[in-house]
Amino acid sequence: MAKVNVKVCLGTTCFVMGSANLQELIELVPRKYGDQVDVAGSPCLGLCSIDWEFSKAPYVKVDDEVIKEATVEKVLTAIDKKLGK
Amino acid sequence: MSINTPNKQTSHLKREILVRLIRAYLGDNFEEDVRLIPFEMRPKGSEVPFRCCIHKERAILRDRVIAGLGFDIEEAQDSELLSDLAAKAVKREQPEEHPLTLLQTACNECVPARIHVTDLCQGCVARPCESACRFGAIKVVDGKSRIDHEKCKNCGMCAQVCPFQAITKIIVPCENACPVGAIAKDEDGLTKIDHEKCISCGKCVSACPFGAVHKKSQVIDIIKHIKAGEKVIAMVAPSIMAQLPCTPKQLKQAILQIGFSDVIEVAVGADVTTKKESDEFKERVIEGGAPFMTTSCCAAYNELVEKHIPEIKPYRSSTGTPAYYTAEIVKKEQPEAITVFFSPCVAKRREAMQNPNIDYVLNFEELGAWFVALHVQVAECDEAEYSQDSSAQARNFAITGGVAAAVNSLLDENEKANAYVINGLDKAGIRDLKKFAKNGKCELGNLIEVMACPGGCIGGSSTINSYKQAAKQLDAYVKSSPDIKEIVK
Repeated sequence: MAKVNVKVCLGTTCFVMGSANLQELIELVPRKYGDQVDVAGSPCLGLCSIDWEFSKAPYVKVDDEVIKEATVEKVLTAIDKKLGK
Repeated sequence: MSINTPNKQTSHLKREILVRLIRAYLGDNFEEDVRLIPFEMRPKGSEVPFRCCIHKERAILRDRVIAGLGFDIEEAQDSELLSDLAAKAVKREQPEEHPLTLLQTACNECVPARIHVTDLCQGCVARPCESACRFGAIKVVDGKSRIDHEKCKNCGMCAQVCPFQAITKIIVPCENACPVGAIAKDEDGLTKIDHEKCISCGKCVSACPFGAVHKKSQVIDIIKHIKAGEKVIAMVAPSIMAQLPCTPKQLKQAILQIGFSDVIEVAVGADVTTKKESDEFKERVIEGGAPFMTTSCCAAYNELVEKHIPEIKPYRSSTGTPAYYTAEIVKKEQPEAITVFFSPCVAKRREAMQNPNIDYVLNFEELGAWFVALHVQVAECDEAEYSQDSSAQARNFAITGGVAAAVNSLLDENEKANAYVINGLDKAGIRDLKKFAKNGKCELGNLIEVMACPGGCIGGSSTINSYKQAAKQLDAYVKSSPDIKEIVK
């Protein structure tokens, strides 16, 4: 089965608007899902500059799915869905 | 880790407003753009995430903008237009005296703090609540415990002994968080800050689940000087190096990019503080026989001493704060420059107000918002060198234990201080300090480091990064820095 790929945007906008608190995902996800999921912090994904959508930051990408106003909870739910849980 | 985990929705809202305000001020149509902020954040037909209707959402956002403009929300008239207030903010010569303001329309009508018996009460036979109460305030009536609030002293003994955990203490989060009883509901049920008592520690800001306590921003005042082409110098607190996903040198470049003319680490002043404080410790405690000495670099602690524990003054170090020495150095070399202290907390605003060498205070959230408004990618910035180096020990002032460790690093083996750290001011810590002052002794150590925020400055109420990550990032910077003996000769 293909791995799920998670990118936590650590661009300045996302970081200031809340992804500072999503950094725990980078440790938490491997602990929870082992090698089923790849997770990493990422330089700016460019999502905040589309139509100046900074107010929906922080952004996280789970494969191709963009999660707006991301929280740890929302990201874990999206991963579970991808894994068919 | 529970420290410094922000109320995400409330900080998100406050930061969003700051971004919009800064962008408006840097644009061509400031007053009108400010007036539109609540409407842009909640356009017609948009969701109503928090309040009863879109009108109340907008009304509350309007009030939050007032704090962003640097005014007192309580004093502003309801009829005043945001555009008029924006114009007033630009004309203001001096920032306001008290850094905190309450948004009473956002303030929930929290139930007054009291003990409450829940439905879980079984009206048991043992009735330990009755026998535990020393005031005769709780009785089982009709098969359930009832509290006589006239007699109840809110001690919570009944809650502790209930075998069903059926009794709970209802708290008002801001009142509960305030270590000095400066915020409370008055007879009308409105929350008020008593500025005579407030030490600006900012705990209420983080505690309020409705985000009703606001910091009055000075960001407009600062940008005004930059727009006027004046020389504005950033003095960045050691904790800043742990805040953003970039290197310290990239951070300097990013700050230059938004218009500051130079960036100096307040760690430079922390080296001076360390030298003076270790000399003072030696003189007062080792040679002079004083029972103990407390540190003096936390602004909230200094306010606490002034307002609530004057008797501890003889024991507090008379050394200035790192911000004090840094500002002195900058103003001596460049008296014409405007100095801005970049701060992790609210309390430094009070310190700055009392120090003519510090003109303004910008907190880390405001700096972050400024970067967002101008699309500055800190991680992509070039590296700019700092003109003055500072030591590992000074850069480590930002974390609990750092100040005492720095002082110790300059003391000889046989003079080392036995440090006791108050890691986060609360009511118990304040009682301890009063006791030490009254008895003229402290059994726990002879150098008391007081940090109002748990974890130290990187746990401050205006920080961006999560505590654990911040501690890691700071540690890496400290480890790459020179020893204090190479800096302080």
